[in-house]
Amino acid sequence: MALLEIRGATRRFGNFVAVRDVNLEIEAGEFFTLLGPSGCGKTTLLRLIAGFDTPDEGRILLDGRDITLTPPEKRPVHTVFQSYALFPHMTVADNVAFPLRMARVPRAEIGSRVAQALRDVQLAGMGERLPQELSGGQKQRVAIARALIDRPRVLLLDEPLAALDLKLREQMQLELITLQRLVGITFVYVTHDQGEALALSHRIGVMDAGRIVQLGAPDAIYEFPETRFVADFIGTCNLLEGTVRTLAGTRLTLEVAGLGELAASTRAPAQAGDRGVLAVRPEKVRIAAQIAPTPGEVHLRGVVHDQLYLGDVTVYKVQLADGRLLEALLPNSAAGVVKFFEVGDHVDLAWRAEAALFLHD
Amino acid sequence: MSISRGVPKRRSSSMTSRARLARWALSGPPLAFLAVFFLIPTLIMGLASFGWPGQEGGLSPLWYHDAAGWHFDLTLGNYRDIFTLKLFLALYLRSLGYALATTVCCLVGAYPLALVIARARARYRNLLLLLVIVPFWSNFLIRIYAWMIILGPQAALSRGVNAVLGLFGFGPTSLLFSPFAVLMGLVYVSLPFMILPLYANLEKHDPALLEAARDLGASAWACFWRVTFPLAVPGVIAGATLVFIPALGAFAVPDILGGTRGIMIGNVIEMEFLQARDWPFGAALSIMLTFLALGATGLAAWAARRGVKAYG
Amino acid sequence: MAKRGKAALYAAALAAYAFLYVPLVIVVLFSFSASRLGTQWAGFTLGWYVMLLHDADMLHAAWNSLVIALAASLAAIVFGTLAALATHKYRLRFLPVLVLAPLSTPDILQGVSLLVFFVLLNVSLGLRSIMLAHTSFCIAYVAIVVSSRLAGMDPSLVEAARDLGASPWKGFWLVTLPLLVPGILAGGLLAFTMSIDDFVITFFTAGAGTSTLPLRIYTMIKVAVTPEVNAVSTLLMALTLVLVISISRLAPQALKGMG
Repeated sequence: MALLEIRGATRRFGNFVAVRDVNLEIEAGEFFTLLGPSGCGKTTLLRLIAGFDTPDEGRILLDGRDITLTPPEKRPVHTVFQSYALFPHMTVADNVAFPLRMARVPRAEIGSRVAQALRDVQLAGMGERLPQELSGGQKQRVAIARALIDRPRVLLLDEPLAALDLKLREQMQLELITLQRLVGITFVYVTHDQGEALALSHRIGVMDAGRIVQLGAPDAIYEFPETRFVADFIGTCNLLEGTVRTLAGTRLTLEVAGLGELAASTRAPAQAGDRGVLAVRPEKVRIAAQIAPTPGEVHLRGVVHDQLYLGDVTVYKVQLADGRLLEALLPNSAAGVVKFFEVGDHVDLAWRAEAALFLHD
Repeated sequence: MSISRGVPKRRSSSMTSRARLARWALSGPPLAFLAVFFLIPTLIMGLASFGWPGQEGGLSPLWYHDAAGWHFDLTLGNYRDIFTLKLFLALYLRSLGYALATTVCCLVGAYPLALVIARARARYRNLLLLLVIVPFWSNFLIRIYAWMIILGPQAALSRGVNAVLGLFGFGPTSLLFSPFAVLMGLVYVSLPFMILPLYANLEKHDPALLEAARDLGASAWACFWRVTFPLAVPGVIAGATLVFIPALGAFAVPDILGGTRGIMIGNVIEMEFLQARDWPFGAALSIMLTFLALGATGLAAWAARRGVKAYG
Repeated sequence: MAKRGKAALYAAALAAYAFLYVPLVIVVLFSFSASRLGTQWAGFTLGWYVMLLHDADMLHAAWNSLVIALAASLAAIVFGTLAALATHKYRLRFLPVLVLAPLSTPDILQGVSLLVFFVLLNVSLGLRSIMLAHTSFCIAYVAIVVSSRLAGMDPSLVEAARDLGASPWKGFWLVTLPLLVPGILAGGLLAFTMSIDDFVITFFTAGAGTSTLPLRIYTMIKVAVTPEVNAVSTLLMALTLVLVISISRLAPQALKGMG
C-alpha cells in the first residue's frame, strides 16, 4: 500500500479548475516531484495534501487513513514554504522547537533535540539569532530543520530553492538529496524548474492545466515524453508536425510538409493518417560537414543560421531547405577546437530513427 | 480497502455554525459600538431636521400616541427656511468660498515643498517628511492660538500694515478677527493634509520622464504644465478633498480668529444648538453641510477617475 | 533658466517650512517671556511654568484629558483590532465603511449629533460621554494601522504555524498577535494623540462641569489670554513630539498612511 494516495482530487475556484481529477500514489521514502509551469495546479495540489485547502471532489489517504478533512495541525505532514515562513519574532531555536512545543514534548528534551537538529543542518551555535539575521541559504536550512524535527511522514517543499542564487541552489540541491536519503522521509517537491526536478527526484509527475499528464522516473520522462507538452516543457526538443504514412511495429514514417517522409519510432499505438509531431532532442541530432546517408537514419541538409556558445556545449540552429530551423547540440570537449562551424556553413544533420519519437496531437 | 469516491463534506460546510460564530465574535463588537455611537446619532440628526423645536428649546417629540393612534409631527420648514432666508444661503456661500480659497492657497503652498521632498535623496526624505508631520500633530487649538499672537494688534505684522495704510491716509485696521485671519488659520491647519498626498503621488514619478521631456525640447515651464502637473492630478484631488471638507465645516478657526466678521456655517450650527437651542434647525443646517461635503467628495472621486483615465 | 527655477523651488519649499514652524516657535518663545501680555518679549522667565504647576483647574483638566485618552485609546485598540481582523479575514463590505466614516464626517456634525443622542437618552454629559465620543472616532486610527500591518504580513506564517501543529487559536495567539503588537501599539498611540488633541467633539459632549486640556485652553484664549497658555502649549507640543517619534519607530508606515 502506498504511503500517500490521492484519489480523484478536484479543486475548483469559481469557473477555474485548478486541480482536475488527479490520481496519484506516492511510496514511503520516495522523493517525488510535481513539475509544471506556473498556474498548472501543482501548488494547489500541495495545499490539498498539507490540509490548507480541501478538495471539492476526491479523497486523500495517508497510510490508508482518510485525511481529506483533517485540519493541517493533525496531519503528520509538514511544509517548507517558498518564503520559508520563519516566525520573525522568534529566535532560530524557538522556530525549530515550535513543532515540539505544539506536541507538548518535555522541555528538557526539546533543548537537546533542537541542538541536534541545528547541527544536522550545519547551523550549530546559531540558535539565538533572529531569522532576519540569516542569509537565504541559512533561512532555508532552518525551515527544513523546523519541518523535520518531529519526523513527519511526509515533507512538502513548495519551490524551496526559487529565492536562492544559482550557485547556492546547486549546493542546496545536493544537500537535499543527501538529507532525504539520510532521514528516509517521503519528500513531495514542487517546482517549475525542470533541471531541478530531473536532478532531485526518484519520480516526477508533470502537471498541465490541473492534470498530471505524465508520471515516471526522470530519465523516462526526459527520454520518452508521451505528449507534445512534456517534450516541449522538459528540456528542449525539435518538433516537426506531420501525418503518419506507413507503420511497422514500433517504427513508422511521418510525412512532414517540405521534408518528405521521415522515419521515427512510437511507444503508443498509431495508425496511418494520424496527425502528430516528430520529437527529437538537439543532443541526439548529429551535425557534421558531411554525413554519409545510412539506413535506419534520418538525413537532412541545411545551413548554420545561428549559434549559441554556452561554454561546455554549443547549440547550432540550422536552417533547412524549407526555411524551418532545427537545433543540434555539440559538446566542446574536443581538444583545442572552440568552434566547429561558422554561420553560413553548409552542414549535414542526421539522427537514428529510434531517437525520434512520434507523439500524437 | 474501499472508500467511496463520493463528494466529501467540505470542512467549511461542516463548521458553518462555528465559522459564523467566529465571524460575529470579531466583527460584532466594533459593529455594535459604531452603530450605537456613530450611525444612530447621525440618523437621529437626519430625523430631527424634520422636527419642531421644543417649548424650552431642544426637540419636541417627532411622534406621539393617543386614542386615535400614532401621529407624526414632522415639517419641511427648517429646510424651507435655509433656502428662503438669504442670510443662511449667504453663509453657505461664504463657507464654500473660504473652503475653496483655503484649498487653492494650500495647493500653491504645498506643491513646491512636496516636490522638493519627493526629489530629495532617500535618506533625507523621511526626515523632511517628519518635519511636515510634527507641527501637524501639535495641538489644534495651539496652532490657531499661534495666529492670534502673530495677527494681534501689538504684533509687528499689524503695526507694519497699519503704518503702510496710514501713509495712504487709511485708518488703522485689525488683522485679527477678520476674514483674512480665518483664511490664514484654515490654511495653516490644513497645509499638511495637502503636502502628504501630493508627496505620496510625486514620489512615484520617474524623474526620467522629465529628463525625457527636456531632452525632447520642452522648456521648464512646458515640462511642468505638460508632464509633472498632469501626472500629479490624482494627488492634487486627494489633497483637495482632505483640505476642502474639514475647512467647509470649520468651527474652531472662525470661532477663535474670525470674530463677527469671519463667521462660518459651523459657528451658526453651534449657536443653534448651544445658544438658540433650536435643535431641528441646527440639525437641518448640519445635514445640509454634510450633503455639501458629500457632494464635494463625489465630485472629487469623479474627477479623480477622469484624471486617472486621462493621464494614466 | 533651469538653475533659477531650482533656486525658486527651494526658496518656496523653505518658505513653506517657515510658515509651518514660525507660529509654533513664537508660542514656545513667548512661554519664556516675562511680559504679562502673552504677545510681547520682556526678558526670560520660567514663571508661567511655575504658575501652571499651581493652577488647579488646569491640572484637573490635564488629568481628565489623560484619563479620557487612555480609556478611549484602550477601547479603540480592542474594537479597532477586532475590526481589522474581521475585515482582513472575511472580505466584509459594511464594516470597513462604518469604521472609516467618522474620519470623513465633519467634526461638528459628529459633535452635535452625539450631543443630541446623549441628551435624548438622558445620559449625563461628562467624562463618560466624552470617552464614548472619542472611542467612536479613535477606532478608525487603530483599524487603519493594524490593517496595513495585516496586509503586509506573509500569509504563509499562519499556515506554517498550523502546519507545524498549532490549532487555529494557538496559531493566532503565538504568531498573528505577536506580529501585530507593534501595529496595535502604534495605532493606540495615534488614537491617544487624537483624543488628547480633540476640541470640537469634546466641546459638544463635555457638558458644563467637565473640562479637558483643549477646553481649558479654549476658555483661556477666548476669555483672558495669559502667557500660561504659551507654557501649557509648549509642554503639550513636547508631549506630542515624543508620541510622534514613538509611533514612527513602532510603525514607520503608520504616519505616512495617515496622509
